[in-house]
Amino acid sequence: MTQPRKQIHLAAHFPGVNNTTVWSDPEAGSHIEFSSFVKLAQTAERAKFDFFFLAEGLRLREQNGEIYDLDVVGRPDTFTVLSALAAVTERLGLAGTINSTFNEPFEVARQFASLDHLSAGRAAWNVVTSWDAFTGENFRRAGFLPQDQRYSRAETFLRTAWELFDSWRGDEIAADAGTGVFLRDANAGAFAHHDEHFDIEGRFPVPRSPQGRPVIIQAGDSDEGREFAAATADAIFSRYGTLEAGQAFYTDVKGRLAKYGRTSEQLVILPAATFVLGDTDADAHERAHVVRLQQVSGQTAIKFLEQLWNADLSGYDPDGPLPDIDPVLGEHTIARGRASVRMYRDPLAMSREWRQLAEAKNLSIRELIIEVTGRQTFIGSPATVAATIDDLVQADASDGFILVPHVTPGGLDEFADKVVPLLQERGSFRTEYTGSTLREHLGLDA
Amino acid sequence: MAAGNGPRIAVALDGAGWHPAAWREPGARPGELLTAGYWADLVREAEAAKLDFVTLEDSLALQTEQYLDRPGERTDVVQGRLDAVLIAARVAPLTSHIGLVPTAIVTHTEPFHLSKAIATLDYVSTGRAGVRVQVAGRPADNRHFGRREFGEFRLEDSATPDVPSPLSELFDEAADYVEVLRRLWDSWEDDAEIRDVATGRFVDREKLHYIDFEGRWFKVKGPSITPRPPQGQPPVTALAHAAVPYRLAARSADVVYVTPFDRTQAGEIVIAVRDEQDRAGRAAETLHVFGDVVVFLDETEQAAADRKARLDDLSGAKYTSDAHVFTGTPAGLADLLLDWQAAGLSGFRLRPGAVPHDLTAITRGLVPELRARGAFRTEYEAATLRGLLGLAKPANRYATA
Repeated sequence: MTQPRKQIHLAAHFPGVNNTTVWSDPEAGSHIEFSSFVKLAQTAERAKFDFFFLAEGLRLREQNGEIYDLDVVGRPDTFTVLSALAAVTERLGLAGTINSTFNEPFEVARQFASLDHLSAGRAAWNVVTSWDAFTGENFRRAGFLPQDQRYSRAETFLRTAWELFDSWRGDEIAADAGTGVFLRDANAGAFAHHDEHFDIEGRFPVPRSPQGRPVIIQAGDSDEGREFAAATADAIFSRYGTLEAGQAFYTDVKGRLAKYGRTSEQLVILPAATFVLGDTDADAHERAHVVRLQQVSGQTAIKFLEQLWNADLSGYDPDGPLPDIDPVLGEHTIARGRASVRMYRDPLAMSREWRQLAEAKNLSIRELIIEVTGRQTFIGSPATVAATIDDLVQADASDGFILVPHVTPGGLDEFADKVVPLLQERGSFRTEYTGSTLREHLGLDA
Repeated sequence: MAAGNGPRIAVALDGAGWHPAAWREPGARPGELLTAGYWADLVREAEAAKLDFVTLEDSLALQTEQYLDRPGERTDVVQGRLDAVLIAARVAPLTSHIGLVPTAIVTHTEPFHLSKAIATLDYVSTGRAGVRVQVAGRPADNRHFGRREFGEFRLEDSATPDVPSPLSELFDEAADYVEVLRRLWDSWEDDAEIRDVATGRFVDREKLHYIDFEGRWFKVKGPSITPRPPQGQPPVTALAHAAVPYRLAARSADVVYVTPFDRTQAGEIVIAVRDEQDRAGRAAETLHVFGDVVVFLDETEQAAADRKARLDDLSGAKYTSDAHVFTGTPAGLADLLLDWQAAGLSGFRLRPGAVPHDLTAITRGLVPELRARGAFRTEYEAATLRGLLGLAKPANRYATA
């Protein structure tokens, strides 16, 4: 008897505030109207995906002291959208990013436990941290967290939330009209947590939810972040979608589990991935090029360059050569509210690298930015893409992917209609949901 | 027909009903209070009768019978509940006309988060969101957050708005909070999203506004991350029993729920609220004053009184409330509502004593009774909650056009 194939996990990310999302496409719809969220979620559920994923932002991005206006701007509240989506889907997991810096564990736990009840066991929490005072200006405690405390706060935040989720065992509610006993345990929901970050106690008002604890997702990539994920997460949202990088990340993170008494199956690794399909591979590559041009306009290319150079480059021609000046070193202030800025650890070295690349290939600013920011993971015919995804998962480069369509809200349809059936034919992806909770979809213990 | 000359009717949903023994009634579904289906059924029942809106009670601590009791002490009453904003969102796609007004605790949550949550509720319900703002002054609530201390919260301080007290401070803070909510809702002009392919701009940043609110309790920069909701400003509502909360409502709300025990008192409260409204400089704006009434309804007055007495026996105490408790027939309730309406109330928020019994008595008994008197709508006349309340979409305070 042959070994059953490793099963692929798939999730759909609602495209949002970034230049991956092509708003100028004639097919692009609203990023705010609820009908768009319904459309993507129902497509994902039709395709038997594990979950729908929603990112979060708490301050509009700025560049050169002005609100960034070239990408999609604005998004709805995570909890509210996910709860509403629970009404129009039945099995699909509902995952949302919620920041542990600008919230309190009591309120987040109360909301996630509520969402898990209202979705009958489909809630997941992507725990992120933040330290920047820029975002903090929208919150009453303003200023914010020293960077070196972000993981310590995040970890105790999460552990405190778990204590709250676990404060009800699940058998306390008798609701026995005959005897008049509603609550079997007069102490149900009691909690007390005292540490350097949180000093709280009382009675948690939400009885135990169907999943007990919502699924925990994380995306940290630093050594600290990987350790935090290995210790606490059920799934990791990684950025390594290729064979070598994926396998390296997979081996590293799964190798950290044993010291926390966990096994490889208890952590699902899901790189973010984009895709462009075509009737043939050549056709797909042509379409991918068009998408790249849509994603990186001349203005967008200049804005990207400014983020590395940390300087106003609006006078440069995107179709001309790179500036011959060096990046401005010191505090990075030109772009605020953008995660990507943190990637530029050594701007001088990177600018030299970019200049060399541009000279070697004779690239304009826009062409260079298209080259260096290329993020299309899967390009090809449905057969090619299905084979690539399956091979990566079977080779333990990941356990599946979180797909980020370019177009809202219909960008997943082609994948659902053409690639998913091929994965199902290969025996690598479910044809029907076998469980009802997200934990069951992901093969996690309840 | 529109609402005619009759009162607007909302129902206040809370657990199995407002009587502590309601969950023990035949027909109650005490094991389903944490399921979506339970709430969807109740709100659909209210919508089928074309009620204006439902409110959803909430609290940060386990239920108590009296506001300042220690939470969760009793094991013979409903304990445990879900976040009201999430319940409202969960029900929104399953309904189409009724307003959805969850309770939000403004003492401990961030206005930025609540602003985008209610704006989003407005999107997912296509213009039917409202919010009821509530302060939380109990030590039990504070200890769930552990980051604030304030002095003893005494209900008797609610009568003296000009005397500083921990209670009056919480209400002043709530007024600032609502101001932040409203500014954030206006921080995007309605037409800020331009999708101008020619210039490559998704938004016109000139139509996005920093709110730069700075007060004693909050400093919030803005703009919101959520565009202006369909109603522009979802209606803000508040429950008020005395002068301090009347002042909050008069400054900040679109609907205030008050708790008279008779017609005379209803008239006096309306005068007190209007007086505060004048002082707040909002005399020209619509502020609905709704009377809260707990209702036990049956075919005969005796049957209603007997049923309430039976529930009282089950819970071991005569049920009383901060609001008037009505026991009687739908026709008798219709008489009372029309009489009190004549004293100046523009609507009522009815608190069903036991669900589903008293909810269906409202929707299938009271509503036909009011209709027979030409005093309640037979069809929804508007698609938004503001529309049902006769409130126009407000201009954006930041728009220069």
